[in-house]
Amino acid sequence: MNWHAMRAIYLFEMARTRRTLLQSVISPVISTSLYFVVFGAAIGSRIDEIEGISYGAFIVPGLIMLSLLTQSVSNASFGIYFPKFTGTIYELLSAPVSYLEIAASYVGAAATKSMILGLIILATAGLFVPLQVAHPVWMLLFLVLTAVTFSLFGFIIGIWADNFEKLQLVPLLIITPLTFLGGSFYSINMLPPIWQTITLFNPVVYLVSGFRWSFYDVADVSVGISLFMTVLFLAVFLAVVGWIFKSGYRLKT
Amino acid sequence: MQTIISVSGLSKTYDSRFQALKRIDLDIRRGEIFALLGPNGAGKTTLISIICGIVKASEGSVRVAGHDIVADYRAARAMIGLVPQELTTDAFESVWATVSFSRGLFGRPANPAHIERVLRDLSLWDKRDSKIITLSGGMKRRLLIAKALSHEPEILFLDEPTAGVDVNLRRDMWQLVRSLQATGVTIILTTHYIDEAEEMADRIGVISKGEIILVDDKVELMRKLGKKQMTLQLQTALDRIPPALAAYQLELASDGNELIYTFDAQGERSGIVALLRDLNDAAIAFKDLHTTQSSLEDIFVSLVKDAK
Repeated sequence: MNWHAMRAIYLFEMARTRRTLLQSVISPVISTSLYFVVFGAAIGSRIDEIEGISYGAFIVPGLIMLSLLTQSVSNASFGIYFPKFTGTIYELLSAPVSYLEIAASYVGAAATKSMILGLIILATAGLFVPLQVAHPVWMLLFLVLTAVTFSLFGFIIGIWADNFEKLQLVPLLIITPLTFLGGSFYSINMLPPIWQTITLFNPVVYLVSGFRWSFYDVADVSVGISLFMTVLFLAVFLAVVGWIFKSGYRLKT
Repeated sequence: MQTIISVSGLSKTYDSRFQALKRIDLDIRRGEIFALLGPNGAGKTTLISIICGIVKASEGSVRVAGHDIVADYRAARAMIGLVPQELTTDAFESVWATVSFSRGLFGRPANPAHIERVLRDLSLWDKRDSKIITLSGGMKRRLLIAKALSHEPEILFLDEPTAGVDVNLRRDMWQLVRSLQATGVTIILTTHYIDEAEEMADRIGVISKGEIILVDDKVELMRKLGKKQMTLQLQTALDRIPPALAAYQLELASDGNELIYTFDAQGERSGIVALLRDLNDAAIAFKDLHTTQSSLEDIFVSLVKDAK
């Protein structure tokens, strides 16, 4: 393993976060705080409890998941797309570093950033609503698995994208709608039966449900299925990344 | 001299079916400066890109110090530094950070003393904390060289290193290349500037339409293919060349005011003495004469023209 290279890429990516602190950390924290203010404090106080949990507290795992998914995808996709855009990818491709090491470094940095952000949002949420974490180890496991899985997804998008529009396309048109419709702000048991069935095709449901279970011990689907689905997504994205590097898709001519 | 890069039967056909390289065989010797000359689209950058791992070969193999660039890519790439043609840099990084990053990327532990030495050698030390976006074009070019040298490579590829730089910087770079060679670094440069190859290279390869059409020592190349010409400025213009001088295959130029004699530079006898005697016998007087030798550019143009 080329540990020096992995460290260099990882630290390079983390340094970019420090340089763009306002955009990388503060901006998502503020926007998430606004959700708490509106849905937690203002509207939430007039909404009934859901499965014995105040509405403000109920949406915390979903909001963290919303940030985690969008930030993981954005960080990782931008991280690998930017060298392609500027042309500095030549250095990466000519270095004595394996594709696995490249992917692990970029994905590791993107996942670290989104996890830090997720934990900051969790701490911020504690200022607005009463919080409890029933299964902290599971909470961290879901946090790490989701961050890594969607950073891999972002990495794939970054390699696939050949312009900035495509880079934004997936987070805006797929991730955000799926997260909003995946039970971030409601329990899917509140939906009519037909929509409950349709919602089960939304992969984000399993992520949000599992994550929420780790907080409040309540879930829309069984935690085992949530974990299985999360690991399945991870395996699928790993397989795609493996194929990309083997074929050189959009990296090597 | 020991071979450090061995290219064997290397071909590259892009998805567009454009064949950029056609069964290239080439050996680069350890410690030499090798200039790869060729017109635009000849395949110079493709060849370099394959050796460095940026482009995949369609056929053939490349070994760097005995390491196959595919099977043993780590060992092969660790020996190579690449300075690309384009000024591709991370605009918002500092000079120090980007050069240190390159060293780490190539698997070397941090060595601030080496980075400092490289930056000082390239007159970038004062700019070490500056963001790359604030550097001039010449500084960015030097920065790319610093990045390529950060991991102490044994082989340095310079793809059009002086494209778009001013005369002074060009001369500084030539000096730098020579000093690198003195430390044992093998240098392969592609260039459009024939004078650059003529000034620096030990050996020259000419590539045209994806084929290496010639590889030779620079001095040998110029000796073999270089022509010398003697131009005589006549006192009285001639209408035609007298039959008595036909054997010399002279040319008349400048409306008959100049006689041009082309002779083999490597020939033991140039025939100049005999020509001057025959001119005297033919009562052709001249007021001045000078000789010129074909430059590498003339040789290059002629080779590429012949290859078409």
